[in-house]
Amino acid sequence: MPPAVVLVTGVSRWLGGALAAELAADPSIERVIGVDTVPPSQEMLRRLGRTEFVRADIRNPLIGKVIAAASVDTVVHMNISSTPAGSGGRVPMKELNVIGTMQLLAACQRAPTVRRFVLKSTSAVYGASSRDPAVFTEKMQARAVPAGGFAKDSLDIEGYVRAFARRRPDVDVVSLRFTNFIGPRIDSLLTGFFRMPVVPTALGYDARVQLLHEDDALAVLTRATTGDFVGTVNVGGEGTLLLSQAIRRLGRVEVPLPTPALGSVGRLSRRFGFVDYSPEQMRFLNFGRVVDTTVLREEFDYTPRYTTEAALADYARTVQPVVSPKLVESATSRVRSVLSRAGDTASAVGERLRPTPPAPGLRAVRDA
Amino acid sequence: MPEARVIPLRPDDDEPYVPPATPPGWEEQLAGGLEFIRRRMTGEYETDEFGFDPDLADHVLLPILRPFFQKWFRVETQGLENVPSDSGALVVANHSGTLPVDALMTTVALHDEHPAKRRLRLLGADLVFELPVIGSMSRKMGSTLACNEDAERMLTDGELVGVFPEGFKGCGKPFRDRYTLQRFGRGGFVTAALRTGVPIIPCAIVGAEEIYPMIGNAKTAARLLGLPYLPITPTFPLLGPLGLVPLPSKWLIAFGEPIETASYGPGAAEDPMLVFNLTDQVRETIQHSLYQLLLQRKGVFS
Repeated sequence: MPPAVVLVTGVSRWLGGALAAELAADPSIERVIGVDTVPPSQEMLRRLGRTEFVRADIRNPLIGKVIAAASVDTVVHMNISSTPAGSGGRVPMKELNVIGTMQLLAACQRAPTVRRFVLKSTSAVYGASSRDPAVFTEKMQARAVPAGGFAKDSLDIEGYVRAFARRRPDVDVVSLRFTNFIGPRIDSLLTGFFRMPVVPTALGYDARVQLLHEDDALAVLTRATTGDFVGTVNVGGEGTLLLSQAIRRLGRVEVPLPTPALGSVGRLSRRFGFVDYSPEQMRFLNFGRVVDTTVLREEFDYTPRYTTEAALADYARTVQPVVSPKLVESATSRVRSVLSRAGDTASAVGERLRPTPPAPGLRAVRDA
Repeated sequence: MPEARVIPLRPDDDEPYVPPATPPGWEEQLAGGLEFIRRRMTGEYETDEFGFDPDLADHVLLPILRPFFQKWFRVETQGLENVPSDSGALVVANHSGTLPVDALMTTVALHDEHPAKRRLRLLGADLVFELPVIGSMSRKMGSTLACNEDAERMLTDGELVGVFPEGFKGCGKPFRDRYTLQRFGRGGFVTAALRTGVPIIPCAIVGAEEIYPMIGNAKTAARLLGLPYLPITPTFPLLGPLGLVPLPSKWLIAFGEPIETASYGPGAAEDPMLVFNLTDQVRETIQHSLYQLLLQRKGVFS
């Protein structure tokens, strides 16, 4: 049975807005209500269509009134901030993530109409350390429990959502553990990271990166909202890349820095509002993380259209490479032609200097 | 009168003489090298979910190890026919030599000498992956963390997985204990093989014990550095970096008869007694073939 009234939190961000627009385009859904603390941009507003926007803070009990008044039956919780930069510092970020989720869940528990809850979680809940197994399945837990930042928030959020599922067994709960998003339109941690012409990385480490294209993320969210899957599922593209490999494919210049230096670069870049090199982010950039997507393909019944490689290639269309493949190609072919010319000269000289072998004697004639 | 026939002087000479392949001309080598550089700079190569980079392994890492394999240690391999060509198997070997050079040489042996050019996917200790450079290079070489999840995933994919169940106990044992196997971990490798139903191939490596004869262990310094041991050898730390040059011992690597595990069924991994027995069986087999190989070897350095 398709949902009648859907509430989407975090609708002013790209993915939330795109999901609301997608749901609004579906005629079988009666109402789509978008909630966020900041109003969506003009462009986003145009895309949202018949979505009703409610400017509300999920940290405020007011959200309960919205849910009750509209008799919402499906809640999609996407208002989770991954960087302190986006929400004005670590303290407001944690407040939004943890307290916001608790308020939203409290409101949902009171609302008898709610029968489905979709959480946009992250594979960061698995942590990132040298002691990790190479590939995480949904049944595994973090070997090194994340100590702070976004990963810790996400772990707490998942914990509260599990508690909610226990208290309201009639509500179907879906947790989507997404890998890193990438794509031409989405604004994610890695897109900001890869947009820098010179990318600082940790010297001596190379992370395994699994990416998910924005279109696939959107399709999975839509399917989770309107479908009937219940449980936790890892969402990521097929295949992996090494961080250094991804940087090279995008034509960026990788600058490996010793880990202590990277810390101060990180503080500097955070101050200027570039990319966030938080300690947890750094651990991810050192070791990376790969998740098993068998449940996604077999039980959730969705196969991402983009592999990790294809998703990166699609994103690469929007960034101007610093070191373009053509440049590399022409440089190597020039080196090759110069060297082969030098080699030809050398062998020609060598040929001339070598004494000519004596002509084979005409024995028969000489004997005669 | 009987027909004349060739009497082999040495039994080794039985194989027909195969002329060595002519090395590629310098122009081809140059083109290959430049193509490799271009690929590396544009990132157009494949890596897998464990971080394995076959392009780098084939063109950089294995060529670095090959002279050690062929010239320095003069490694001889036996029983390669016991290693399957196209299916998963677990190679279990003895560990020795202070630094895990034996693991690298076994990798070269299976890649260069096995007809199917098998890649050995090693399972390494936690410490290996904590270290910068070494950790990432090990992953690029095809290793992964020694845990059941990874081992079973690789074996299910049909990979040839290599494990050294003695771990640091084997690698960092004093020289006087050479060629005596230490305890075989907790039998985790047997459960991995039982769950995936792959054969266990016992592998005995002779020669690695003598490359860095460990006559002492600087325990306090090791603890300060967070290492399991800090070896003192006749040349290290006495000669400084020169002491890192391994002694050119003669190596023999023998792969034994596979021990079948599929017939026990995947539920057998839950039977600790069976796991202990299989662990002991593998250990005994390796110890036995170590003694045999030692008898075959004429001298430590010959």
